[in-house]
Amino acid sequence: MARQLVFGLALIAALAVFPLFSPWSTVILTVALCEGLAALGIMVLLRAGQVSFGHGLFFSFSAYAVAFLAAAKVGHEALVLIPVGMAASGLLAAIVGLFVVRYRAIFFGMLNLAISMVFFSLLEKLFPITGGADGKRVPRPTFAGIEFGREQFELATFYVTLVLCILAALFVARYLLSPGGKALEAIKSNETRLEYLGVSPRKVLYGAYLLSGLLAGLGGAIIALVSGHVTPELAYWVRSGEFVFIAILGGIGGVAGPFLGALMFQIIRGYAAVYAPETWHAVLGVMLLIIIFFAPAGLYGIVAGKGGKPQREEGGR
Amino acid sequence: MSGVILEADDLHLRFGGVQAANGASLKVAANERIAIIGPNGAGKTTFINLCTGYLKPQSGRVVFNGQDVTRLSPQAITRLGIGRSFQIPQLFLDNTVIENLLLALSAREGSWSPFLAVQRHPKAEEMWALLEMVGLKETGNRIVRELPEGMRKLIDIAVALALEPKLIFMDEPTSGVSSTEKFQVMDTLTRVLDARATTAVFVEHDMDVVARYANRVAVWTGGRIAHQGTPEEILSHPEVRETVIGVGV
Ligand SMILES: Nc1ncnc2c1ncn2[C@@H]1O[C@H](COP(=O)(O)OP(=O)(O)O)[C@@H](O)[C@H]1O
Ligand SMILES: [Mg+2]
Repeated sequence: MARQLVFGLALIAALAVFPLFSPWSTVILTVALCEGLAALGIMVLLRAGQVSFGHGLFFSFSAYAVAFLAAAKVGHEALVLIPVGMAASGLLAAIVGLFVVRYRAIFFGMLNLAISMVFFSLLEKLFPITGGADGKRVPRPTFAGIEFGREQFELATFYVTLVLCILAALFVARYLLSPGGKALEAIKSNETRLEYLGVSPRKVLYGAYLLSGLLAGLGGAIIALVSGHVTPELAYWVRSGEFVFIAILGGIGGVAGPFLGALMFQIIRGYAAVYAPETWHAVLGVMLLIIIFFAPAGLYGIVAGKGGKPQREEGGR
Repeated sequence: MSGVILEADDLHLRFGGVQAANGASLKVAANERIAIIGPNGAGKTTFINLCTGYLKPQSGRVVFNGQDVTRLSPQAITRLGIGRSFQIPQLFLDNTVIENLLLALSAREGSWSPFLAVQRHPKAEEMWALLEMVGLKETGNRIVRELPEGMRKLIDIAVALALEPKLIFMDEPTSGVSSTEKFQVMDTLTRVLDARATTAVFVEHDMDVVARYANRVAVWTGGRIAHQGTPEEILSHPEVRETVIGVGV
């Protein structure tokens, strides 16, 4: 436990000072944190053994909600837009969740994918409302009532995001240790016994789904603000797949995992764009293979000293 | 019969060509210890599955404390006070023994605050005490997957007992337990059941265990009860001796 705590604090400290030395990194780091939030949502579901290939839905829904509100000058304040965007995704997750928590495994994954693809095509096709493939611009809002210049705005957003990520990670960590978190793991390990404890697996998964939607929504709201622009790409299945990739890469053994994964993902993407623009997906693929075979607990597993073994077929129950 | 808490009436269920329940009926009175005996495939596990909501009968009904529970889910039935353990233990294998029990405790108490660590449940001590009662205190912090089948059987029962059911179904509680330890395990369980005034119905293959711990025996064949009575009556019944227990026993 101590090692994880020290590591977590070191990670936070490094993140907190980095932009001061290299201002160019502010937006990249903020984007990484946003993706880390969505991957944290994926991690919550993975604890139940469920994979969503559609969390781009909640990421983009919140981002577009922020874009509309900012454009309509309804909420011209970042500290209002962020929670409102998050709440919008939470509401959507509350509706979609009613339906998807009835399914498991491949059906769960594909249903999420299907719903996100419907939303993606709506964003593309409803040009007059959504701006189609070009998306929508997000005018820079005030921050705590202050009209910042671009760099100050980015810096302020970064630090607020960092704090929100810490709060979200702490909350998820508490939740995973709580009875609800244990019940969530029980969906993966033995749903029958869970039912015979008088607990509804659907309700447990519904709660987790709501949480994961809120986390992805939080990430989406912030990414809309820092990039100043939203496009349907945020809802595309590749984006959803990236969240899963990040969660696996970073590891789901601890809440720092998805953020580590997201940082690594940004680093690979950044370098690959320069040195291997044609083959960077191959780099990602190789990276994933290495993780699966040699460090199935992800980067977090390496850091926290829990390597693990790749999960293979179950030896008969 | 006075104080009937569970009444299964004329249950029928067919799987393809197999009539797994064929008019199964049983009345259970408070504080009874009913042993269900019978050959493999007689429908004993199916009967438990029907009484606990895992399977729904094609006809017949199950009434618990005056309430028709035939169509209720396992969750709902569990919350009404029927617990069960399984022929093959159903546990959270990657968690510790105590975590298995603490989740049961949390379910019973409805403790779902996301800020309450399951290990810090205000009544956690109660679960350690239960583990001690069944003689498994030393295994509390072990991962279930690493423990032998015999222990898992007992843990499975302890998890069911953690819910404080009024009635518990135990499917072959002593299978997987070595013959030298069977009496010890049953002594322990009986003590816990007595202490909590829990009624029990258990499937059992060992006739010595049946003779010693049951006050009523139901002989299952072909998806229904063929005979029932006190252990003395049943174990000396010539037809039962021949068909169920086997000649020479
Ligand atoms: N889910 C099921 N699907 C099909 N057949 C089943 C199922 N469960 C039990 N059976 C069949 O029903 C019969 C009774 O099984 P079971 O209740 O497990 O017997 P017992 O517990 O007395 O050994 C057996 O022939 C078994 O193969
Ligand atoms: Mg059986």
